[in-house]
Amino acid sequence: MSVSMTGMFDLAVGPFIEFGFMRRALVACLALALCSGPMGVLLVLRRMSLVGDAMAHALLPGAAVGFMFAGFSLGAMSAGSFVAAMLVALGAGAVVRLTPQREDASFAAFYLIALAAGVMIISLHGSSVDLMHVLFGAILAVDDAALLLVACVASVVLAVLALIYRPLVVECCDPEFLRALGGRGGLYHLLFLGLLVATLVSGFQALGTLMGVGLMMLPAVSARFWARSVGGMASVAALMAFVSGYAGLLGSYYADLPSGPAIVLVAGGFYLFSLVLGRHEGILGSRMRRHLHKES
Amino acid sequence: MSNAITLENVTVAYRRHPALHHLSGAFASGSLSAVVGPNGAGKSSLLNAITGAVPLSGGRITLAPELRETVAYLPQRSAIDRQFPLRVDELVQLGAWRQSGAFRGVTRALREAAAEALARVGLEGFGARLIGELSAGQFQRLLFARLLLQDARLILLDEPFNAVDERTVRDMLMLVQRWHGEGRTVIAVLHDLAQVRAHFPQALLLAREPIAWGETRTVLGADNLGRARMLSMAWDEAAPMCGRAA
Repeated sequence: MSVSMTGMFDLAVGPFIEFGFMRRALVACLALALCSGPMGVLLVLRRMSLVGDAMAHALLPGAAVGFMFAGFSLGAMSAGSFVAAMLVALGAGAVVRLTPQREDASFAAFYLIALAAGVMIISLHGSSVDLMHVLFGAILAVDDAALLLVACVASVVLAVLALIYRPLVVECCDPEFLRALGGRGGLYHLLFLGLLVATLVSGFQALGTLMGVGLMMLPAVSARFWARSVGGMASVAALMAFVSGYAGLLGSYYADLPSGPAIVLVAGGFYLFSLVLGRHEGILGSRMRRHLHKES
Repeated sequence: MSNAITLENVTVAYRRHPALHHLSGAFASGSLSAVVGPNGAGKSSLLNAITGAVPLSGGRITLAPELRETVAYLPQRSAIDRQFPLRVDELVQLGAWRQSGAFRGVTRALREAAAEALARVGLEGFGARLIGELSAGQFQRLLFARLLLQDARLILLDEPFNAVDERTVRDMLMLVQRWHGEGRTVIAVLHDLAQVRAHFPQALLLAREPIAWGETRTVLGADNLGRARMLSMAWDEAAPMCGRAA
């Protein structure tokens, strides 16, 4: 290996060899990417891109209540945020069933209430540092317990997603068909929201409630420019999310940047790149291929 | 002949206004019927009531026991998200939902049956395309292929030939005829009266209330059609509550 190659290798891998916290952060990114990618793709396909954001805000009061009772305990805050976000999901779902209100409108209403309640609780009982931590996470402070939680949640989310994949896809692309067959579309929708909340909760220690959505949505939106099947998009999204995590961590290490925003900004860079050069319907990518066509 | 579907005094109302008003009668087992009538006559509501998608405001619908598990329904302006990145063969394979269900695997036999259904509607070799790449006519053919795979004893079609080219209509009508020949019960909501006269032995003329039901030739007589037009009445906000026994 030449000197410059060795140098590159050291730059790219060195921090992860040297520091445990970087290693744990990287593994957390891998686990998060594996479940966030597919979840984000399904959210986009279900036209629920903004619901992820709404749910992320809805975690806040739960995390705050957990913080109030147990201090900075990951378990308590995670449990609290899971409950709070599920309440918002169920509340919005109930409104959709009982009134002609649309789902996005009811999600907006409920998450805003939850967000205000969360900010209120935190400002009454904590400092603004805690608030920042909840909103934006601290991936470099991920300890073994947090890592275990992220890995477990990611595994469960992926397994359940694989199990309910078919009804989920059908419920999304042809709901009337599923209903005519007596399939319980509502049940799968609810399960899916549960998985969404679980994913967001698992990302919350590492990336915070807000940045976690970035790692979920940006790669998912970008993936559509590169893959045509649901499976392909999920793979691209997971890969992109992981590379974003890796590059973001390196960037934050060398340039002394906050890691969460660095990771999400790399994902944002991928998005802009895909938007312009994406193979399928990218602004320039598809123009460059326009003159190519097959015989039949 | 036994009845596939028996309707007793069926009423479907949206915000208390009846879309379908006191309909009684029966679709014979193995019959091929067209449901016709002016816009807003309750044709789609009737199909939705049969599938159970809309609740009845009154009356009762009874399906013959052997049909209950095997109803295939092709909705109007299919609610399928055509931008969804689903492949043509994947969509057709959903027709075998009763075998594969939500969780079981797609067997080789099922894959072959799906390919055969595609071939029968003239979409051979289209399996690997995305559903968004098909034209309106091809897409309707695709939905018929899925119906083929569903292998249902009762088939409900809501305006299956809207915005579809002539040749596709002809091909799909041949499938409908074959279903009829196989003894399946087929009910189609249609607009084209000439088509109904040519291909559908039975007809139900609706204008919220049933105008006529029976042999197509008799049902589609001039006096009945005139009455139907008259009866496709305006939505009257001040209409009194209906006093007829439910």
